[in-house]
Amino acid sequence: MANAAFTARCVAAGLLWMIIQSVQADDVKRYVVEGSRAAGLSACVEPTELMRRQHMTFIKHQRISTVHEGVRTGKYSLSGCVACHISYDAQQNARPINQPDQFCGACHAYAAVNLNCFDCHASVPNAGTPLTATAIAAHQKAGVTERIQSQTAAGEGH
Amino acid sequence: MKDDHQAITDGIDQGRRYFLIAGATAAAVAPAVLLQTVTAASQATPVTSDVRWGLLIDTAKCMEGCTACIDACCHENGLDLQRPPGGEATSKWAGQQAVWMRKIKLQDNQTGRVTSLPMMCQHCEEPPCMDVCPTGASFKRADGIVMVDRHLCIGCRYCMMACPYKARSFIHQEMHGQLTRVPRGKGCVESCNLCVHRRDHGEDSTACVDACAAEGHHAIIFGDLKNPESRISQTLRELPSRQIREDLTLNTGVRYSGV
Ligand code: SF4
Repeated sequence: MANAAFTARCVAAGLLWMIIQSVQADDVKRYVVEGSRAAGLSACVEPTELMRRQHMTFIKHQRISTVHEGVRTGKYSLSGCVACHISYDAQQNARPINQPDQFCGACHAYAAVNLNCFDCHASVPNAGTPLTATAIAAHQKAGVTERIQSQTAAGEGH
Repeated sequence: MKDDHQAITDGIDQGRRYFLIAGATAAAVAPAVLLQTVTAASQATPVTSDVRWGLLIDTAKCMEGCTACIDACCHENGLDLQRPPGGEATSKWAGQQAVWMRKIKLQDNQTGRVTSLPMMCQHCEEPPCMDVCPTGASFKRADGIVMVDRHLCIGCRYCMMACPYKARSFIHQEMHGQLTRVPRGKGCVESCNLCVHRRDHGEDSTACVDACAAEGHHAIIFGDLKNPESRISQTLRELPSRQIREDLTLNTGVRYSGV
C-alpha cells in the first residue's frame, strides 16, 4: 500500500516536472521574433536538441575560419543568432539578446551559464553586417524593417 | 625599393593572373552577374596568399591638419563609440582611447621641411607583434593582413611593446553598443585590419581611402601588391617610395612616398 502511494507520488512528481519543462520551453520560445525566420521554422540551422547542447561548439569552430580565413558564409554565425532571434519593444527598439528576459539571456540564466559572447559582440542587429535576403524578408514580415534601415542610415549601429 | 617590390610580386602564378584578367574583361560585359559571383566566392572560400593587401600613402598629397581618414576609420570601426570611464580625466582618456590611425608630423630640422602623414599598422610581412605573442592571438592572414584574434588575446600587451610603429591600442573599459562588423571588449589589443570586413565582403577600398578621396586629396591608394596590374603596384613602379623603418627589414605592406 505504502509502495503504491510512493509510486503515485513519483508519477505525479514526474508529470509535474514534464509540465514545468514544457512551460519553460514555451517561455523560451516566446522570445523568438514573431514572423521572423526563427519563429517560422521548427528548428534552427540544426535540430533543436543538437542546437541546445552544441551551439557553443558550432560557433567556436566557425569563428576560427571566419577570423583566420575570412570565410563569412558559414551557417553557425553569431550575428545570425542575433538577426533571427532578436525581439523588439513597443517602440520597435531591438532588445539586447543577452538581457535576462531575452532569447540568449533567458536560457543562459536558466542554465546558470555565463554568457560572454556579448561582452564584445553586438547584442542587437546593426549596420555592421548586411542582413541576408531571408532575414530581411523575416524582418519585413515582423514590421521592423524601418527601424533597422534608419539605424543603418544614421550609422548608430547600436 | 625595386628589390622589395620584386619580393612582393615573386611567386605569383602568372597563368592564374591572366585568367583573372580575362575575367575582368568579362566583367565589363556582364558586370552585375560577375560581381555577385565574385562576392559570393570571396565570402565562402578561405583567403589565399595570391593577394597581398597594402596601402601607398603619397605624403605630398596629405594635407596638414586634415583628419578625414582618422575620422572615417573611427566611424567605420566603431572607435567613436568608446566612452571614458566615469571620473576619468580628459587628458588621461585622450591617451588611453583606442585609435587605429594617427597623424604624424615629420620635420627636417636642417631644411625645416614639414611632412604630414597618417600612421597605422604597417601590415609587416614579418610582424614583430606576431613573434612576441604568447597565445597566437596576434597573427597574419594569408592575404597579408595582420590582426588580433580577440578570442585568444589575453591582454598581456607584449605586442604593443614590440610594434615599432606604436600601432596597437588596448581596450581599458567595458564596451556597449558595439558594431556587428567590429566586435570589441575590455582587455584585448587591436589595430588597423585594413577594413577586413570590407575585404571579406568583396569591396575594393578601405574607409580611409574613401574619406581621403572624398576630401579631394587622393593621398592613399589601397590594393593588391602582388598584382602587377593593380593601381597600387603601377604607382609603386613609378613613384619613389619607402618603408618606414626599412632598417628593420619587416617588408611592410604600407608604403610612403615623399618622405
Ligand atoms: S596583448 Fe593579446 S595579441 Fe598582444 S601579445 Fe598579448 S595575447 Fe598576443
